[in-house]
Amino acid sequence: MSEAVLQDLDIRAGAAIADGPEWLEPVRRAAADRFAVIGFPAARDEEWRFTPIAPITRGIWRPSPGVAARVPADRLAPFIFGQAEWSTLVFVNGAYSEALSRVMDLPRGVLVGSLAEALRGDGAVLRAHLTRHAPMEGSSFTALNTAGFRDGGLVHVPAGLDLDRPVHFVYLTTADAEGTAIHPRNLIVVERGAHASVIESYVTLVPDAVYWTNPVTEVAAAAGSWLEHTRIQRESERAHHVALTQVDQQRDSHYRSFSMAMGGALARHNLHVRLNDENIETLMYGLYLTRGEQVVDNHTAIFHDQPNCRSWEVYKGVLDDRSRAVFNGKVFVRPEAQKTDAKQTNRNLLLSDWAKVNTKPQLEIFADDVKCTHGATVGRLDDVALFYARSRGVPKEAAERLLTYAFAAEVIEEVALEPVRNELDRLVLSRLEAQRGGGAAGQG
Amino acid sequence: MLEIRDLRATAGDKEILRGINLTVNPGEVHAVMGPNGSGKSTLAQVLAGHPAYRVTNGSVSYDGKDLLDMEPEERAQAGVFLAFQYPVEIPGVSNAYFLRAAYNEIRKAKGLEEIDSMDFIDLLEEKLRVVEWGPEIMSRAVNSGFSGGEKKRNEILQLAVLEPRLAVLDETDSGLDIDALRIVAAGVNKLRSPDRSFVVVTHYQRLLNYIIPDFVHVLSNGRIAMSGGKDLALELEAKGYEWVEAAAAAPAGAGA
Ligand SMILES: Nc1ncnc2c1ncn2[C@@H]1O[C@H](COP(=O)(O)OP(=O)(O)OP(=O)(O)O)[C@@H](O)[C@H]1O
Ligand SMILES: [Mg+2]
Repeated sequence: MSEAVLQDLDIRAGAAIADGPEWLEPVRRAAADRFAVIGFPAARDEEWRFTPIAPITRGIWRPSPGVAARVPADRLAPFIFGQAEWSTLVFVNGAYSEALSRVMDLPRGVLVGSLAEALRGDGAVLRAHLTRHAPMEGSSFTALNTAGFRDGGLVHVPAGLDLDRPVHFVYLTTADAEGTAIHPRNLIVVERGAHASVIESYVTLVPDAVYWTNPVTEVAAAAGSWLEHTRIQRESERAHHVALTQVDQQRDSHYRSFSMAMGGALARHNLHVRLNDENIETLMYGLYLTRGEQVVDNHTAIFHDQPNCRSWEVYKGVLDDRSRAVFNGKVFVRPEAQKTDAKQTNRNLLLSDWAKVNTKPQLEIFADDVKCTHGATVGRLDDVALFYARSRGVPKEAAERLLTYAFAAEVIEEVALEPVRNELDRLVLSRLEAQRGGGAAGQG
Repeated sequence: MLEIRDLRATAGDKEILRGINLTVNPGEVHAVMGPNGSGKSTLAQVLAGHPAYRVTNGSVSYDGKDLLDMEPEERAQAGVFLAFQYPVEIPGVSNAYFLRAAYNEIRKAKGLEEIDSMDFIDLLEEKLRVVEWGPEIMSRAVNSGFSGGEKKRNEILQLAVLEPRLAVLDETDSGLDIDALRIVAAGVNKLRSPDRSFVVVTHYQRLLNYIIPDFVHVLSNGRIAMSGGKDLALELEAKGYEWVEAAAAAPAGAGA
C-alpha cells in the first residue's frame, strides 16, 4: 500500500528536482524506502490517536504540477500584509512563482529565495542543514516530504547580520490543486548573532478545494541568534494540512514561534524544538480558531537537553460548532538540564455545546533542580465579564465577540512584529464577524 | 426619573430584596447604607439587569419606561450606569478600546454617528482630567492587574465618558485612599447636574461629607428600614445599625 502511495505521488521516479545535488539523492531514496516500510501511522499509534487521518490515507493523491499556475497579482493581494519592502516568496500549488514573488534589496550575503533554485547551485549551507534537522525515522509524513519535496522557501542570514525586514513565504492553492498532494520544504538558517523574522502563510483561492499540504520547515538558530517565526495556516476548510516545524537552537539563541491555525478539515502542526546548549530562550505561542467539523491538532515537543534554558509556551483555541481541537505538549528535561525553567499553558474557549477539546500536557523530567509547570483549561465565555460589557451598553452579540477577541488577542500580543500582530488581529476579527454575523448583524 | 415599587428579587431560592420602594427625581442624590448582606449590591445589580437575579414582584419605571423589561445593554443605552462594587477584569481588551466600544454603542442607540479614534482620544483626555489620571492607564487591559483603588477610579472614568442620566455607585469609596477618595468624590460632584441622578451605596459617612446627598436610606434585610436627610448618616455612625433594626421592628409605618 505504501508503495502505491509513492507511485501515485510519482516519488520513486525521482521526478522532483531532477538536477538537484548528488548528496541529496541517497537521502531522498532512504526517505522513500523508509516510507515504504512504515507507511502512514496506524489508528492505534499513540501520537495520532485523536487525529483522524483516514481522509489522507484513504485518498488517492496526485503530485502537484511542477510549474506555477498563473495567478493575477490582485488575487494574491488579500494574503499579503506588512510593508512594501518585505521580501515575499510565492508558491502556487507548491511551485515557485517568479512573477508573484519579490525579493528586495538584502544585506550582502543574505540568501532569500526558492529552495529548488538554490539546490541547482548546491552550496555549503544546504549541505549542512537541509534534511539534517528533521528526523524522518519516526515520521511517515516527514519521510514523504523528504522523498518528494520539489520546492520551498530558503532564508540564510550570515553571522552578525540583521535581516531587519521580514521574509514572507506564501503558499497559495488554486483550483488546480484539487486532488493533489503538495510537499513544501522550507529551510531557515540564522547564523551566529544574526537576527531575522520569517512568516509562513498557507492560503487558498478556493475555499472548498480538497488537497493535502505536507510541509516541513527546518530551522537552525545558531549561537546568539534571534528569530521570530510566524505561521499562518488558512487552508481551504476541506483540505488537509500536516506539518512539521523542526528547530535546533544553539547557545544564547532566542526563538519565538507563533502558530495560527484556522483552515483545514484536518490540520496538524508538529512543532519540535531542541535546545542543544545553555542559556537558550524559546517562546512558543499558538492560536487556533475552528468551526464546522474542523479538527485542528497541535503537537509540540520541547527538548531541554542542556542546563539554564527557558521555554515558555501558550496555546489558545476558540472552538465553535462541532469542531475539535487536539493539543499535546511534550516537555523533555534531560538529567543534565538543571535550572530548566519551562512553562506550558493551553487554554480553550468553547463557543458551542458540541465542540470538543483533547488536551494533554506530557512532561518528562529527569533533572531535579528545575521549574516546570503546565496548565490546561477548557471553558466558556465568562458570564460576569459578559454582563459587565453589556452593562456598559455593548449588545450581547457584540460583547461575546469582544470577549472572544480578547481571549485571542492576549496571545497575539506576544508577537514581536507589529504588522504581523495587526494581521492576526484582523484575521480573528473577520472570523468572528463571519461566525456570528449570520442572523445577528443588527441587534434585536 | 426612577420609581421602584414593592420590588422583590431572588437569587436561586433565596429572597434577597423583600419589597423595596424608592423614588429618585432628576438631579437628586440618594445614599443607600446598610449592613453587609442587606441587599444593597443586589438592588444595584437588579437595576442594571444582572441575569443571576429574578424579579418576583413589583415594578421599576425609568423615565416612564419599564426598566425590568429591558436588556442590560438597553438600560445602559437609555442612560443607566452601575459602578460595580467589584469591577470586572477583561484581559486582552484595552481600556481605551472598551470605552470607545461602549461609547459608540450608546451613540448608535441614540441614532448618533460613531466617533473615530482621533476624536475619542480628545474626549478621553478631557475625561481623564475629571479623575486626575494620565493617559497610560488607557492602553492597559480593562481593570486587569489594576489595584483596588484604580479599578474604582476606572469606574468613575467610565461614568464620566458615558454620561449616564442615572448612576448607581456601589461602594465606589471602599478601598480608596484619602486622596483617591477626594478625587473620585470631586469627579462625581463635577458630574452632578439638574437632570442627572445618583444612587450612592456606601458604608462610610465620610464619603457623604464630599458628596452631599439629598436623602439617605438604610437597607436592612432586603427592605428600606429607614429614610431621612443627610443627617441620618451621622446618626447611623453614632448609633449603629442595631438601632435602625430595632426602630424598624417596633412601630409600623417606617420605610418608603
Ligand atoms: N447570586 C447570588 N446567589 C446567592 N446569594 C446571593 C447572590 N447575590 C447575593 N446573594 C446573597 O444575598 C445577600 C445580599 O447580598 P448583597 O451583595 O446584595 O449585599 P450587600 O448589602 O451589598 O452587602 P455588602 O455591604 O457586604 O456589599 C447576601 O446574603 C448574599 O450572600
Ligand atoms: Mg455590596
